[in-house]
Amino acid sequence: MRKGRELTAVSDRTRDIGPDDILLFCTFRNEDVRLPFFFEYYRKLGITHFLMVDNGSEDAGPAFAQKQPDVSLWRTDAPYGEARYGVDWLTYLQGKYAHGHWALTVDVDEFFVYPFCDTRPIRALADWLDASEVRSFGAMLLDMYPKGPVGQTSYSPGDDPFETASWFDPGNYFMSQNKLLKNLWIQGGPRARSFFATKPKQAPALNKIPFVKWRKPYAYVSSTHMMLPRGLNLVYDQQGGEKTSGVLLHAKFLNTFGDRATEEAQRAEHYRNGQEYRTYAERHGADPDLWCQWSEQYINWRQLEVLGLMSKGNWA
Amino acid sequence: MSLGIIMLVHTAFDRAEQMVRHWAEAGCPVVVHVDSNVPDATYNQFSKAVADLSDVRFSVRHRCEWGTWGLVAASQEAATLLLEEFPNVQHVYLASGACIPLRPITELKHYLDAHPDTDFIESATTADVPWTVGGLDRERFTLRFPFTWKKQRRLFDAFVKFQQKIGYSRSIPEGIVPHMGSQWWCLTRQTLDAILCDPKREIYDAYFRRVWIPDESYYQTLTRLHARRVESRSLTLAKFDYQGKPHIFFDDHAELLQRSKSFVARKIWRDADLLYRMFPLSEGPQLSAEEPNSGAVDRVFSQAVERRTLGRPGLYMQSRYPSIDRQNSIAAAPYAVLQGFDDVFPAFQAWLGKQTGAQVHGHLFAKDRAHFADESDVYRGGQSDNARLRDYNGKMFLTNLIWNGRDQHHCFQFGPADTQDIGWTLAKDTNASIWVVSGAWSIPLFASGRSASDVRREAARLQRIEDKFLKVLRSPDARARIKIITLAQFIESPMNVLQTIIDEIAGHRGTALKEVPKMPDLTGLPDFLQDLKNQGMHPFLTGDIMAGSLQPTKPIPRRKPYVISGK
Repeated sequence: MRKGRELTAVSDRTRDIGPDDILLFCTFRNEDVRLPFFFEYYRKLGITHFLMVDNGSEDAGPAFAQKQPDVSLWRTDAPYGEARYGVDWLTYLQGKYAHGHWALTVDVDEFFVYPFCDTRPIRALADWLDASEVRSFGAMLLDMYPKGPVGQTSYSPGDDPFETASWFDPGNYFMSQNKLLKNLWIQGGPRARSFFATKPKQAPALNKIPFVKWRKPYAYVSSTHMMLPRGLNLVYDQQGGEKTSGVLLHAKFLNTFGDRATEEAQRAEHYRNGQEYRTYAERHGADPDLWCQWSEQYINWRQLEVLGLMSKGNWA
Repeated sequence: MSLGIIMLVHTAFDRAEQMVRHWAEAGCPVVVHVDSNVPDATYNQFSKAVADLSDVRFSVRHRCEWGTWGLVAASQEAATLLLEEFPNVQHVYLASGACIPLRPITELKHYLDAHPDTDFIESATTADVPWTVGGLDRERFTLRFPFTWKKQRRLFDAFVKFQQKIGYSRSIPEGIVPHMGSQWWCLTRQTLDAILCDPKREIYDAYFRRVWIPDESYYQTLTRLHARRVESRSLTLAKFDYQGKPHIFFDDHAELLQRSKSFVARKIWRDADLLYRMFPLSEGPQLSAEEPNSGAVDRVFSQAVERRTLGRPGLYMQSRYPSIDRQNSIAAAPYAVLQGFDDVFPAFQAWLGKQTGAQVHGHLFAKDRAHFADESDVYRGGQSDNARLRDYNGKMFLTNLIWNGRDQHHCFQFGPADTQDIGWTLAKDTNASIWVVSGAWSIPLFASGRSASDVRREAARLQRIEDKFLKVLRSPDARARIKIITLAQFIESPMNVLQTIIDEIAGHRGTALKEVPKMPDLTGLPDFLQDLKNQGMHPFLTGDIMAGSLQPTKPIPRRKPYVISGK
């Protein structure tokens, strides 16, 4: 609740939230370039209300977000790191507005893909999960990258980032079980391969549980990687079957990446004081080429399903 | 003759109204039952919305919780009303608000007219059909269920167990044989009337009131007492998942539904606008008398059940993570682990690749890096050759490698100089074939030209590590195909072993060995091994190698397979 006091409402349209609405929660900072496509993408999926926290942006992003008729916007200048990387602010808002709703919690560079997302809106997924009595839905983070040095791509507002960052690693992810919270800890992909091969333990976590039928006492523990109560983390089957799961396409590696890496490394507000960002800056002068001959070019969710990165599970 | 509809509704009233209109406009009287849990305001609004339809009635409301008697009571009430109010009705169809007619309703009416004496109701004896949910079939009829399955699952399960333990069993009323099936039926007036007016109905009702999920067994059982002709199938296309929950149809199922030629389907997603616009199909110039054929739908949904319950073997991912230690097969496909062969034959890897066409890797678990078949630093799937990254999760390095390349047979070299952590995983995997020539590490040491006293420590170390691996392979927990021979045995007749390996890897494509891998000159090896012994290091894993056993390798003459031409 204390973290709630750090938030100032900029435009509060939460009265418009209908009982059946699927809500999106997001914290952002200096993302004006990315916001237009972000809203467009999620509106198409069927998100009807965005609850956004602006963490001290210095660009035109907040003004743009404020203008959107389906966005409620809060602002805070408090440090991101001390609010457990934004989770505290969102937990506060989720407790207040998401109770009884399906809530999607993503970053501005994360794009949710689930089975049949090209023919069925997110409401269909929510209804099916309700009917199946499933409360939480896993979607692994899939790092997308361009062919060639990341810094040489160009991205302008409104562009589909996956026009350029259309490649991904299809089969080098590894995981283990977190005995305490029951979640899977997934690592791997291009970042582990290129930046963290010699210190794999530090490779970023890719497991995410972004879509949850929210109840007041729920909380994310570390970003959207794991949750409490821990039963929500069991988004995987342990008897050999496959539960239904999706993917968060991660549009991190665009030309905006170099500046961001340098800035965030100095700001040291991210996980482990931005160690990840420092590694990028050291390794490649922050202009890496992640592409290799085994990279796959993204087509659609069915391709990810066949590769085994996500699963239709029991949904047909 | 006419068809009457009983429609059970508890939600999505706009869609229910749409369905009521379809039926009514096709000349079918409808009796609607609305769950008593629905607020009165919603109920009133709904009944007002269809007030313009003359042949629509509303029956007394019951609470219809899943698996309870209320559902049967509701349909009994509605059926009684329907038969009374509409004397022309000859067939009664039980549907829900989420059931949609697919084919023109006239076709359904004609179909029923052609089967005037037939009751369409899925009805199977419990002895013959294993039912999924809760695993209770026969026991539904003989135990008591005071707790609800959905809300009091633990009590439900505990009480069932308790009754099983003490051997409790209710008696089934005389004259009936328990049958079960889909709750969506279409009965003739005569059968339905006989069930409702049965002089023993009170006894049956009292009995079924305490049966678990009675709506799947009440009519299914009693129809058998009165029917003239039972077609044991439902005219409603309804698929159930592995938990017994109905599958939902969405817009992208339109083609599948159309091809099924079913008369009615459920459950339709309430926002599936396309389906609601498209169905029921409008009448063509000619009525089709085609039988329903839901084969394609069945396949799609049984595949879904399979994926949910069995999954793709050898795949480890965010929503499938079976415990590696508890399964028999760990990797996705068979593969071979070869220990010691490349010590005996320096060019073994290339030779094996040529002989079999398989992906033959070097030492995947070498200390310096993973030696992939093509010696690249990134392999299929984006797997790095970095040893630290590999050893961080060696099991998944292996399972990823096999999963990514499961269209090919993989082989890799292994040895005591490699990282050993993967040993148990290999030994436990029924997909692994592990071939070991024990003591083969002595050959490179011998070939190095160094003296026995120089390599003594190294030899001891390799022997210790290999011995540990062999103990793992010989443990009762090992489930891989394992063949261990000593170096002495191997060099006596290497071709037999190599031929077996090649036959196994290449399967039917295996041919008789033409080319033999080159073995280095081993003259002097026995002396070298004796020197090691003299130094106090007994190389016991090599077996006894005598000077006389070192013969040049020769291919075994093999008779050509006898092929009979088909022409």
